[in-house]
Amino acid sequence: MKDPQYGWWLPPDVSTNGWVVDQLLAIIHWFMLALFVGWGIFIIYCLLRFRAREGHSAVYEPIKAAFSKWLEVGVAVAEGVVLVALAMPAWAAIKNITAEVPENPVIIRAVAEQFKWLFHYSGKDGVFGAIGSEFISTDSPAGVDPDDEAGYDDFWVYGLHIPVDRPVITRLSSKDVIHSFKIPVMRLTQDAIPGLEIAVWYQATDTGKFQVGCAQLCGLGHYEMKADFVIHSPEGYQAWLDEEHAALGFDDE
Amino acid sequence: MRNTRHWGLTMSDSHDELNFWRKYVFSTDHKTIGIQYGITALVFLFFGFSLMMMMRWQLAYPGQAIPIIGALLGDTFVNRGAMLPEFYNQLGAMHGTIMVFMGIVPLAVGAFGNFVVPLQIGAADMAFPRLNMMSYQAFVIGGVIMLLSFLAPGGAASSGWTSYAPLSDIATSGQTWWLIGMIFLIFSSLLGAINFIVTIIHLRAEGMTFFRLPFFVWSQLVTAFLLLLAFPALQAAAVFQLMDRLAGTSFFLPSGLVVGGEASAAVGGGSPLLWQHLFWFLAHPEVYVLILPGMGIVAEVIAINTRKPLWGYRSMVYSLVFLGFMSFCVWAHHMFLTGMGTTMSTFFQITTMIISIPSVIILSCLVISLWGGSIRFPVPMLFALAFLPMFGIGGLTGLPLGLAVPDVYLHDSYYVIGHFHYVVAPGTIFAMFAGIYHWYPKATGRAMNESLGKLHFWLSFIFMNGIFMPMMFEGMAGVSRRLFNPEVYNTGLGAHGLTVISSWSAWCLALSQLPFIYNFFASMRKKERAEENPWQATTLEWATPTPPPHGNFPSPPVVERGPYEYSVPGAASDFSPQAVKQGV
Ligand code: HEM
Ligand SMILES: [Cu+2]
Ligand SMILES: [Cu+2]
Repeated sequence: MKDPQYGWWLPPDVSTNGWVVDQLLAIIHWFMLALFVGWGIFIIYCLLRFRAREGHSAVYEPIKAAFSKWLEVGVAVAEGVVLVALAMPAWAAIKNITAEVPENPVIIRAVAEQFKWLFHYSGKDGVFGAIGSEFISTDSPAGVDPDDEAGYDDFWVYGLHIPVDRPVITRLSSKDVIHSFKIPVMRLTQDAIPGLEIAVWYQATDTGKFQVGCAQLCGLGHYEMKADFVIHSPEGYQAWLDEEHAALGFDDE
Repeated sequence: MRNTRHWGLTMSDSHDELNFWRKYVFSTDHKTIGIQYGITALVFLFFGFSLMMMMRWQLAYPGQAIPIIGALLGDTFVNRGAMLPEFYNQLGAMHGTIMVFMGIVPLAVGAFGNFVVPLQIGAADMAFPRLNMMSYQAFVIGGVIMLLSFLAPGGAASSGWTSYAPLSDIATSGQTWWLIGMIFLIFSSLLGAINFIVTIIHLRAEGMTFFRLPFFVWSQLVTAFLLLLAFPALQAAAVFQLMDRLAGTSFFLPSGLVVGGEASAAVGGGSPLLWQHLFWFLAHPEVYVLILPGMGIVAEVIAINTRKPLWGYRSMVYSLVFLGFMSFCVWAHHMFLTGMGTTMSTFFQITTMIISIPSVIILSCLVISLWGGSIRFPVPMLFALAFLPMFGIGGLTGLPLGLAVPDVYLHDSYYVIGHFHYVVAPGTIFAMFAGIYHWYPKATGRAMNESLGKLHFWLSFIFMNGIFMPMMFEGMAGVSRRLFNPEVYNTGLGAHGLTVISSWSAWCLALSQLPFIYNFFASMRKKERAEENPWQATTLEWATPTPPPHGNFPSPPVVERGPYEYSVPGAASDFSPQAVKQGV
């Protein structure tokens, strides 16, 4: 279990996809640093060498045409490299993250509301009951149709529990305003938008207890819209599921 | 000469004795309007900054009573002097709104554009002086509505300067005030934009061809087109939102909303994303509105103080026009996380990378312009030089945000706040300071004090970085923006030291403005007059009497050469003014 260290730089990464993000962040920042330092040296050199002083005067003629062409081409090439070497792999990486639907996933619905995250699990049968905003009530905050048998064993909790080493698909929606589902240790952010259901997938590589946050201003309580994010071992996850089931009164099965 | 008629009109105008009200309050003279804009915008900027200083207290010392000010605020804002979350959200939304729409845009376009553009193109005034006056008045009305909204029940708008629906649709009445205020501010910008376009196209002096226009004028021309074409989208969106709030429509409200456990009464069927598209269709061009005039000022100041022509003036102009065009094709890079498909995100990533090319070219040209110069370091030049690396940081940090994958992590974090502030604060604001120090002698006939100016520069430079550099690291550490109390999250706990550094720098930055404020007012009362052309500059505004009279030029100037003819071999002095002889 990783000890969550939080400091002045990236928090720990316990996801299978996070390295793509971290690697790109690193490459781009080195690239930026190189450009910045290069320019900085050039500027400082110019300021020293060409400062106004006795006996020094400016040159009217622009720098040699060959030099200027070379520079403009250089800029364009550098930009091209950014595009091809960084943007395209990034795009490929994105496809990796969102397009390939993994096998044997855990599917969890996340329903955002001012100011909490509700996580809806399908229960033993693995099937969610029919969902509709008209079914939302104090007893059924996830909006499950009370007449749908598939929903009888559904349960909902205010913390996100997942097993380690298994892909998790989270289907995000919101009851009221726009929220954003953010898990820094998973390098994951996705807006939860009322009227839409958006799926994200991720997979944890280590167990631990972290946080889910909201990254989109959603009102007064936005700053405290967090939930526990618990990554269990496979056995731990099963034990947790059983416990939740017992709480529903299904322990007789 | 197509503008003779105009000359005749305004010149005869100047013979009338104007009373106080016509001269200073309801003036149609572009210079007076420019100064009105400038002073009003500086006051708003300082106000917006003060809101931020209160927020910085809450961020550094969450839950502790705000010193001095806390005791003065009503209990809808504070509890025993400590900030309430509703007040924090109002401050955040209003800081953003005030800085962008009531501070920087009016300062960069309304003030500098108005004052400098007609002078630099050799015109007697703007094309539509009364429209110009109306534009200023609409701005003041919009601004006052925004400020008064703090008194609305529930306080000012609190849904961020972006006012994302549905949150803004269901917010307290301050949001309605915000929308009405915005409608006035947009109206003001639209009037101004039309005026600038017509003025620059029609009122150029004889011989002032497009490629003899100073780069600053070009930047204002492109900016005016951006305002004219982008703002209508937000104007429409603001009216829609107003109707959602007041007339029961559902432009931005989807069906089936359940707010606070109650089913919403709205008919539904609308789309929250529609608002985002309309908003960002304006707001991305808007960020170029915030930066282009600043680049224009920096280009002027650099050319004059290196005593040589701008390097690559033409490619700068082409880049500028291309940039303006492309800025309409990138808006959805603000919406990567709304669940858009791969095709869409690829498109917007590519356009975003493409739009960075012209910015890089402009910045490179400015940097290369230093080569071979004879560089002087007066205060405006210090600010202009500092602009280069500061804007550089702002631009570079835009790269990871423009690529969808790193944006997945950085979106809505303090990294974003750091990124765009490097563009608009040490970037644009430094350019604005450069402009103030640069044109002050022309506007007032007095020079500003150099030593106070240098003190102001160095302190501002240090503290600007002290504020915004820590934010980059906070963002990397995963701290979200718009958090009333960042310590709720363990990412925020880890980065709290950075927050404290940032806050103290903000307060020190405020103190660093004292030398400037003193310098600004005290210099006006100086006895000794500034020279008419203290920087030995070539552009037309320096060929007028100081301060320029109503009608600007004693007789219409005739332009003979480009704007940056410095150190021409064989010339009598190291600058060859654009117009030597005057027309009849
Ligand atoms: C120089 C002094 C400034 C300081 C210290 C400052 C500081 C800040 C901080 C800390 C935030 C984040 C607030 C939060 O996350 O809760 C913020 C937000 C913002 N600032 Fe500034 N800022 C300054 C100048 C400016 C300028 C010049 C502009 C615009 C031209 C600007 C535009 C904005 C905008 C648009 C936001 C986002 C507001 C929102 O979240 O709705 N700021 N500022
Ligand atoms: Cu939120
Ligand atoms: Cu943008």
